[in-house]
Amino acid sequence: MKIAVTSVGTEMDSQVDPRFGRAACFIVVETETMAFDVVENGNVASAGGAGINTAKAVIDTGAQAVLTGNCGPNAERTLRAGDIKLYTGVKGTVAEALEQFKAGALTEATGPSVDSHAGMGQ
Amino acid sequence: MSDGFVVAIASGKGGTGKTTVATNLAKICAEAGDAVQYLDCDVEEPNGHIFLKPDVSEQRDVTVEVPEIDPAKCTGCGRCGEICQYGAVVSVSGQVLTFEPLCHSCGGCWRVCPTGALQPKPLKIGSLQTGRVGQLDFASGLLEIGHVRTPSLIGEVKAWIRPDALAIVDVPPGTSCPVVAALRGVDFVLLVTEPTPFGLNDLKLAVGLVREMQLPFAVVINRDGIGDDKTASYCRAEGIPIAAKLPDDRRIAEAYSAGQMITEAVPACRERFSALRDTIDTVRRECGN
Repeated sequence: MKIAVTSVGTEMDSQVDPRFGRAACFIVVETETMAFDVVENGNVASAGGAGINTAKAVIDTGAQAVLTGNCGPNAERTLRAGDIKLYTGVKGTVAEALEQFKAGALTEATGPSVDSHAGMGQ
Repeated sequence: MSDGFVVAIASGKGGTGKTTVATNLAKICAEAGDAVQYLDCDVEEPNGHIFLKPDVSEQRDVTVEVPEIDPAKCTGCGRCGEICQYGAVVSVSGQVLTFEPLCHSCGGCWRVCPTGALQPKPLKIGSLQTGRVGQLDFASGLLEIGHVRTPSLIGEVKAWIRPDALAIVDVPPGTSCPVVAALRGVDFVLLVTEPTPFGLNDLKLAVGLVREMQLPFAVVINRDGIGDDKTASYCRAEGIPIAAKLPDDRRIAEAYSAGQMITEAVPACRERFSALRDTIDTVRRECGN
């Protein structure tokens, strides 16, 4: 299963980025092999629609789930349309987040965790 | 004054007296026989009508076009989402999602749609009220709650400007997009300020904006007598003319709070506004109108 984790850096021991739409980058992991790709996020400084365009980019990676800190309503709606499972409130390193996911310790989000624009200016 | 001339009443800081200056100036000019229009472009919180008490003869909705998807015709090609710079349209997993609050109505998405699945539909962003106060033409925009297309609505209010009248545009406070939309294309700007540190700080921001837009301007000092003399010193140092000073007078505050025109309630104000009208007339002639 392919999972996209928002990350402030490009390593497995980088911290999970608390922002979704304006996350620094994504670490997209194949959980069977733990092989991963780093996907830069072109929407970090977007004037608008960052969450929507980032969600679209995540869907295009083929990921089936997203682990992140917070996710706003527009991004959440877009991810839902793409049948992506969303897990918010995730903290620690990317590797730790994946361990929690595999252990079933994360709860799937039932909606957005913040309002629009929460990640701007951070 | 019979030829067309557009004067904007603006300020960086809110609450400095833009509407007081705009409504009273419009009334004085109308009483002097000018063909005058008052246009309330402070569409998030218009209040010129409280003072002018116009007979509103027409009210109409102002709409913009936003995309609407017909899923039966959509092939999921994704071109709509690729052209949108604001994320207002996105195509995921064969379905198109639209986000109306983000749309800027450029029309790109429905123009690139190869199957006609995306079509424009009207979205109400506000309303426009027009009417008269004696010989004065009145127009005012009111933004719909929850909508952000302020510049589009301001454009609709300004479309009411006649080429043969003195148009007085009541501008929203600040220096952002709505202010730029209200100021664009005007002939002259009056920046209303208070002679306080707050007023001066925001006046400087407004001066920066009108200079960037290369608009001729002057300052009106309201509540003259409070604060300090730093605003006057600043204007002197920068070579900015002070077109009028309105005194800090309790009777003005009382008239304002009762929704009265200060030129009617406080006779001394009439002279100040008549002089301001003369100043604008001079500027208009210097501009060659």
